[in-house]
Amino acid sequence: MDQGIHITGLSKRYGEGETAVDALKDVNMSIAPGEVVGLVGPSGSGKTTLLKCLGAVIEPTRGHMTLGGEVIYDSDHDGWKTRDLRALRRDRIGFIFQAPYLIPFLDVTDNVALLPMLAGRANGTSRARALELLQALDVAHRARALPSELSGGEQQRVSIARALANQPPVILADEPTAPLDSERALAVMRILNRMASQYQTAIIVVTHDEKIIPTFKRIYHIRDGRTEEEAGEGRDIS
Amino acid sequence: MISLAGRDIAHSWSKFVLTGIGLGLLIGVTLTMAGVYRGMVDDARALLSNSGADLWVVQKDTQGPYAEASTIKDDVYRSVRGLSGVGQAANVSYLTMQVSSGNTDRRTMVVGFEPGQPGEPGYLIAGRRLLRGHFEAIADIKTGLALGERVRVRRHEYVVVGLTRRMVSSGGDPMLFIPLKDAQEAQFLKDNDAIVNDRARTAANPALNRPGVPGLIDSINASQTSNRNVNAVLVKLTDGYPPDQVAQEIRRWKHLQAYTRAEMEEILVAKLIATSAKQIGMFLVILTIVSAAIVAFIIYTMTLGKIREIAVLKLIGTRNRSIAWMILQQALGLGLIGFIVGKISATLWAPAFPKYVLLEPSDALQGFIIVMVVCALASTLAIRAALKVDPATAIGG
Repeated sequence: MDQGIHITGLSKRYGEGETAVDALKDVNMSIAPGEVVGLVGPSGSGKTTLLKCLGAVIEPTRGHMTLGGEVIYDSDHDGWKTRDLRALRRDRIGFIFQAPYLIPFLDVTDNVALLPMLAGRANGTSRARALELLQALDVAHRARALPSELSGGEQQRVSIARALANQPPVILADEPTAPLDSERALAVMRILNRMASQYQTAIIVVTHDEKIIPTFKRIYHIRDGRTEEEAGEGRDIS
Repeated sequence: MISLAGRDIAHSWSKFVLTGIGLGLLIGVTLTMAGVYRGMVDDARALLSNSGADLWVVQKDTQGPYAEASTIKDDVYRSVRGLSGVGQAANVSYLTMQVSSGNTDRRTMVVGFEPGQPGEPGYLIAGRRLLRGHFEAIADIKTGLALGERVRVRRHEYVVVGLTRRMVSSGGDPMLFIPLKDAQEAQFLKDNDAIVNDRARTAANPALNRPGVPGLIDSINASQTSNRNVNAVLVKLTDGYPPDQVAQEIRRWKHLQAYTRAEMEEILVAKLIATSAKQIGMFLVILTIVSAAIVAFIIYTMTLGKIREIAVLKLIGTRNRSIAWMILQQALGLGLIGFIVGKISATLWAPAFPKYVLLEPSDALQGFIIVMVVCALASTLAIRAALKVDPATAIGG
């Protein structure tokens, strides 16, 4: 499997000596383009640490990561393959947070268009891309609105559009349905599945939301820093 | 690329404008303080220019007549007139005192001058020059006196027949011009009770009231009540004569002190106003520090309020310099709003000040640059806080 995201033997240790804590221990994951997988585990199991390693926010202690067919991290060969992790995050990883965390002083279009603009694309191209995504997510009618004028569901859809703005091979979603009721949570999952399929993006959804766990075809359980893969119910929510 | 700072300012414009107004009022006070100093300097220069003199002849070893008391005899001007290069020489007297008009007391500098001679106000904005030898006055408009109004100086009342402007003492007191003889009397003549008391003392002194010497006691009394002193002689040179040379002549041969225009300006600006200038300078420093502290506090607080957004911006790939530039632009924007408000405020309230406030465009430009530099420096605290934000804080707990 060349595309998507592949992780082998990923470990993360905080501290040294007697106070050292192994937050991740030989984690292996493989997510294909267009696939949505769940990452499930109790608090303190290592979910957030794994997400931060995958998001190039913290450096793993050991392991190997491939993203979109390129090695991005190899602890045996100097760690990160690029020194510009900021550009790596901007161009190749999408983020969806528990709360939308939209920039409050930018309207919906510019919240989405900001990423392509940061990547150096022209304003017009960036805004056209933003509108295309907003249309795909049924929020184009709120394109000129400020985040404070949107409902919670609309804000989350805009944050999904932002994550897709630079067409990243992978999106990391950190409990994206936590503040939503069942109906809206399932709506978000429908959107994520549709977007993954439409844009051939691998999506990792960190969650302990019982409402959405049955929708995954594949789930990674994480416990004490170790992951176990299992097949999910893959309930049809289309 | 989107202007993040511009959008943020537009989004929370009311906060920016209100803060800018507060800062602006402070900047307005700062500009006004600078204007007060400029006004003092300009008043001093106007005082020298409007007197029409090239040289000021005063008592030896004094810096009179504006900075120190100076007394010289009123016939000195005759010998000064005889010097080569001297076109005109005239006596003047200066006395800062309270004068009353109706029920109002006003602090003024009463100037005694000889009409048509140096010391006369340079120009009138209303009324006429003095035509009578006594009891007429020309007032600076800052005295608040109107044409035809009566003003009491010591024992006598004077009618205001002319108004002038920009004629104030180094202390900022507006001038009231009256005939020299009247001014000498006002300055040196004693009140009636004192004269009666002096006469009784003289009469009681056997050495001064000798029997068989008729007229002696009357002569002594007359000399005690008459006054032959003035404060300075103002000299106008004939064209082409170097003031330094004539001043040197007067110092050497007349045992008097003579100051050129440049020397008098040095006394007024560098010596007389020096303490006030330092005082104002201290205020300016304090106000600048307070302004910097306010900008720093506001920008820092606003930045702390956006920590999560900054973490997200960093996580999605915004460069540190873009975030720093956003904060810097906001600080500069605040400074710009503050400066505009400050400049307008200072311009509006300057005429209401009792002393002349001179708002120089060069001071405004300098003030603008200082405000921008101070705002830029003040933003460093917030920029530091923003750059320390870990993008990881946007993810999870």
